[in-house]
Amino acid sequence: MLALAAIRSTRAAAATSWVVSLTSFRARFAGLLSTQTQMQRSAGTSAWENIAQAPPDAILAIGDAWRADPDPRKINLGVGAYRTAEGKPLVLNVVRKAEAALAADPTANKEYLGITGDPTFCKLAREMAFGAGSAAVQEGRITTVQGLSGTGSLRVGAEFLATHYPVKTVFIPNPSWPTHRAIFTRAGMTVKEYRYFQPATRGLDYEGLMADIGNAEPGSVVVLHACAHNPTGVDPTPEQWRGILGVCAQRKLLPFFDSAYQGFASGDLEADAAAIRMCAAMPGQEMLLAQSFAKNMGLYGERVGALSVVCASKAVAARVEGQLKLVIRPMYSNPPRHGAEIAARVLGSPALFEEWKDELRGMAGRIKEMRAALRGALEARGAPGDWSFITRQIGMFTYTGLTRPQCELLTNKHHIYLTMDGRISMAGLNAAGAQYLADAIVDALRSAAPASPRL
Amino acid sequence: MFALQPTASAVIGVGQVRALATSALSASSWFSHVEEAPKDPILGITEAFLKDKNPAKINLGVGAYRDDEGRPVVLPSVREAERRIAGSHFMEYLPIGGLKDFVAESVKLAYGETSPVVASGQVAAVQSLSGTGSCRLFADFQKRYMPKSKIYIPVPTWANHHNIWADAGVPQATYRYYKPETRGLDFDGLREDIMAAPSGSVFLLHACAHNPTGVDPTTEQWREISRLMRDKGHFPFFDMAYQGFASGDCERDAQSIRIFLADGHRLGCSQSYAKNMGLYGQRVGAFSLVTDSAKEASAVESQMKRIARPMYSNPP
Repeated sequence: MLALAAIRSTRAAAATSWVVSLTSFRARFAGLLSTQTQMQRSAGTSAWENIAQAPPDAILAIGDAWRADPDPRKINLGVGAYRTAEGKPLVLNVVRKAEAALAADPTANKEYLGITGDPTFCKLAREMAFGAGSAAVQEGRITTVQGLSGTGSLRVGAEFLATHYPVKTVFIPNPSWPTHRAIFTRAGMTVKEYRYFQPATRGLDYEGLMADIGNAEPGSVVVLHACAHNPTGVDPTPEQWRGILGVCAQRKLLPFFDSAYQGFASGDLEADAAAIRMCAAMPGQEMLLAQSFAKNMGLYGERVGALSVVCASKAVAARVEGQLKLVIRPMYSNPPRHGAEIAARVLGSPALFEEWKDELRGMAGRIKEMRAALRGALEARGAPGDWSFITRQIGMFTYTGLTRPQCELLTNKHHIYLTMDGRISMAGLNAAGAQYLADAIVDALRSAAPASPRL
Repeated sequence: MFALQPTASAVIGVGQVRALATSALSASSWFSHVEEAPKDPILGITEAFLKDKNPAKINLGVGAYRDDEGRPVVLPSVREAERRIAGSHFMEYLPIGGLKDFVAESVKLAYGETSPVVASGQVAAVQSLSGTGSCRLFADFQKRYMPKSKIYIPVPTWANHHNIWADAGVPQATYRYYKPETRGLDFDGLREDIMAAPSGSVFLLHACAHNPTGVDPTTEQWREISRLMRDKGHFPFFDMAYQGFASGDCERDAQSIRIFLADGHRLGCSQSYAKNMGLYGQRVGAFSLVTDSAKEASAVESQMKRIARPMYSNPP
């Protein structure tokens, strides 16, 4: 335990920091013990007076700006949460039912879960991702711990790898969800990128991807979006997945899947897990998986997720689980129970599970309709360019290829809020909104500097 | 460089991938060197209790309230609150810093509704994952913003305190607290250790109902501890997991914090609602720091959020 603490202390001390702070950040474990600086400070003066204001989170700031806008035409396309056609958040019927059953259950209480969380939830989450019949599941080679949605599951996995995995390099796609970089950096790993998005086609840069991971140091960790890539909406085809996973096997790279949209992307739970299952089926292949139930079960703020580590043997998986607990305990002791209990009821009840699949198809279906509506509206207006990518991309987000000046025009002139990388959330659209957005895009293409999309 | 032509790879079948995988990998694991972790000293007790078949068994390891029949308790006020909101709220993400109303009320509870630092907006605070999460946020914050400081931890203390600051990479020292001969406070030892610690050290104090000893300083002793720490320029961080639960009186249980505030300390606090509200597994807590001004509180809060975001994004 002390050796572990020393390793983690040294590693934490060596982690690169992105913080904009006026205080220097040089202290290291051994150094601190020998060069303790005397800080003469009386009570009443703050220890924090040199702390700088951190920049607001770029994505969340979009929502704030939208809320503050009084214009009735305003549309929020920055939101990373599902919205109905009326623009309202949605609590799934199965979730309401499960919650009601939980509230009425006399045996329910609020006791601490174990460090690894709700065991029923963990088992069902694992089976949902890997398939109950998968060899790795049947052989007990997968350890699964409940995590704080996708973020928390990724962080626990990252901390575990930083301590126990010999290679400290992790590859994330370019672009990726911004918090990926922060998570792995905080854990003390070195983050590199592999090419992913091809601006010219608004599709996958498969050659670039294969070259970059083909060049990766053997053993490197590779973060893969299981489906509905965020922010581009561009996913590899099944053949391309075979190629990617083939290189991973060849180079002994360690895949770390981030699955935040299973069922939500295509409407089909199994189709959206195909890449995960393809990887797990490769003999001897080890991998990590972070699952989030924020979008597909609408449990957002309940923070429901899971981290699975697929190991070569059951014995190794058991020891890995014990070490995952050592990461979790000093971070938050044990995970929140409410959301996991709801999810476990939905996953574990045949009736609720079927109803959930219907609701998934409903959400995914509305997103696809909006994609079709936007593409149709742009083509009807003769907007310059090929808009077929809108219906080729999948999931909540579309990378429009709009430049920053064009995005700014959308916001400033048309009260349409989106992130400045041109990403729009289809969930923020309805039929009327799609028309309004198409008009605005046409205007932006005409008026604002059309520099080649450099994404 | 591993050269793989896109067209060739596009037609690699699953069988060929399997062949590649088998030849590329031995049967060994990347993780076979991972050692068996020791059982958590506290939670391991409950595991052993559950396994024991003897009908006379009693579990005195559990850190959760039990009624006279040995059953967990959900407080009637909690059930009522739940009933009022059940089915009426969405499950949207909270902001990174959590539910604003909860945080504001929590700060008032800890520092006093009429406290000047509360009224002036000087307290930076975020919702956190119960007591553990609060302590961890502070430990990471200390590592980043007080990089030359050590954390002084009482002997004994809740075992997880050591893990939390270790994982944050903050060097630890201890201060005397418990005197076995008297089963009381080693006040002389405590004072000596406060005096001996380099100025600007961070001291972890249990606000009330010290865990595991149950030994708390008297009001007079708290006043002296506050005075000594002020003279040495130490930073007090209170772990308050039992406000209201210790004596039955929320104000009395927070008196240590109030004494320090009155002495002008700029202190920090971890609050847990696990025991006093019976919310254990819901993971409800708050982490706060008293700063010099509302402007500074805003900056500090923004940096607290920067620590929370890559840990869990937003609290439950």
